[in-house]
Amino acid sequence: MNLEILGYSFIQKGLIAGAAISIICSLMGMFLVLRRYSLFGDALSHMAFGGISLGLFTGIYPLWTAFAVSVLGALGITKLRKSAKISGDAAIAVLLVSGLGIGVLLISASGGFKVDLFSFLFGSILLISTEDMLLILGISSGVVATLVALRKQLLHLTFDEEQAQVSGINTDRLNYVFVVLASVTVITSMRLVGILLISALIVLPNITAIMFGKGFKKTVALSVSMSVSSVVSGIILSYYLDLAPSGVIVMISVSMLVGTLLLKHVNVLGKSKSIQKLPSEA
Amino acid sequence: MNVLEVSDVSIKYNGHLAVDKINFDVKEGDLLGIVGPNGAGKTTLFKAIIGLQNHSGKIKLFGYDEADYQPLLPLIGYVSQKVSFEPNFPATVSEVVSMGLIPEKKLRKGAVLLKNCGYSWNLLYQKVGKDSDKVLECLKTAGLESLKDRRIGDLSGGELQRVFIAKALVKDPVLLILDEPVTGVDADAQNKFYNVLKKINTENKITIVWSSHDLEAISKLANRVACMNRKLFFHGEKEEFFSNKELLKTYAESAMQMHMHDHN
Repeated sequence: MNLEILGYSFIQKGLIAGAAISIICSLMGMFLVLRRYSLFGDALSHMAFGGISLGLFTGIYPLWTAFAVSVLGALGITKLRKSAKISGDAAIAVLLVSGLGIGVLLISASGGFKVDLFSFLFGSILLISTEDMLLILGISSGVVATLVALRKQLLHLTFDEEQAQVSGINTDRLNYVFVVLASVTVITSMRLVGILLISALIVLPNITAIMFGKGFKKTVALSVSMSVSSVVSGIILSYYLDLAPSGVIVMISVSMLVGTLLLKHVNVLGKSKSIQKLPSEA
Repeated sequence: MNVLEVSDVSIKYNGHLAVDKINFDVKEGDLLGIVGPNGAGKTTLFKAIIGLQNHSGKIKLFGYDEADYQPLLPLIGYVSQKVSFEPNFPATVSEVVSMGLIPEKKLRKGAVLLKNCGYSWNLLYQKVGKDSDKVLECLKTAGLESLKDRRIGDLSGGELQRVFIAKALVKDPVLLILDEPVTGVDADAQNKFYNVLKKINTENKITIVWSSHDLEAISKLANRVACMNRKLFFHGEKEEFFSNKELLKTYAESAMQMHMHDHN
């Protein structure tokens, strides 16, 4: 395979933005998966779908309306979950269908689907402008910096919320910051794989990395490496195969997961008890 | 010096009175064993002490009222009955213990209050240089040195509870609250745990409040005992409690009733 495609500007922009997105999805996803919020990304992206429809309907730039609707929805559901004691999965379902409901309503009111909507549904990483790329880089740097600054508190909160509270962490405030960060991550990442496949970037590299049975730092490093390599190789491969990058990226991540499961099955990854189950099975 | 004073504390939980006008104190260096059947309100009371449960009455820490003792709360080590974490949580024993480290700023706020009330805070682990060394020292105390790189989900119940003790120790707690820490753990692991408990009370001079159903262990380790079942039935020296046959009989009967109730 000759790599002359790396000289194309649209590929370069796609690779740079894709790598940045893969890093924030993997980092944010680690906390989401461990808090059993794996589908939270999906719920947020469906809220974003409602927001995009609102933007297309009103003529406001869709990413801003997507961000506003997602953040408001996520904060609202966090509050509702706490005050009305709704379980996590039910809260996610409420968020997901509300977003989709708003979206379908506004689309039908505006006379049907528009072409713009498809790029949000399935991603369009190779069509981004230099400004988009810089915006993605800026937002990603902000998300990474916040996660690094809050990593100890977030790890404690994720491991045991009650203990985190006892040790003086303001868990309510941290939960709200967490939800806003997750919304920012999802909205930023929609350009890469689209609303429908966003959960793949958040969940797959993390559950694959967790199966290696390492400690937190090593698991995060593994997850980020797998995420970046699946996005970079997915974009390059999609060019040669003439397929949609989002689908190729997701299928590479799925292959990594299946490959790790096979390695585990033949006991190449060692005998650690903790790699015997995926988080969703526990 | 009284580390903790609980005065007329009542707590309503889900509409019923879980704790009814309880009074007791904990002196510096005490290892107070709290006994009471399941549902006696021990956990609810502990949660009120660490600021997670609304209550009536007064709770004082080092003589400070609740409005003033907030900076001291992070300096309390609390080990709950059961920590429900994701079984595949990708964290090693060292990483979990280091979660117990408190930022310098928070430590300083608490230290000011302790200094003002004349408490000489015995800093053992905080004096050790790097965070990783502090963690290692706590692991040594809890007898977990060899397990430091093991993933948390791979440990047995007894080992896990010692990890949580180490996590509570790393900040040099001014008070350690243990809520039935070895329930469901085998006898050998319980003994290892009790040895650690004795060591941190006698050698590290940490004041401990510990709830347990194991009267034999309490008779060996504690210096004072409180017996409660929503209300407080006894609070005083261990010898007095264990020589009071009538009290022991009442405790055994109520524990048996609760046990039967739990299994029906």
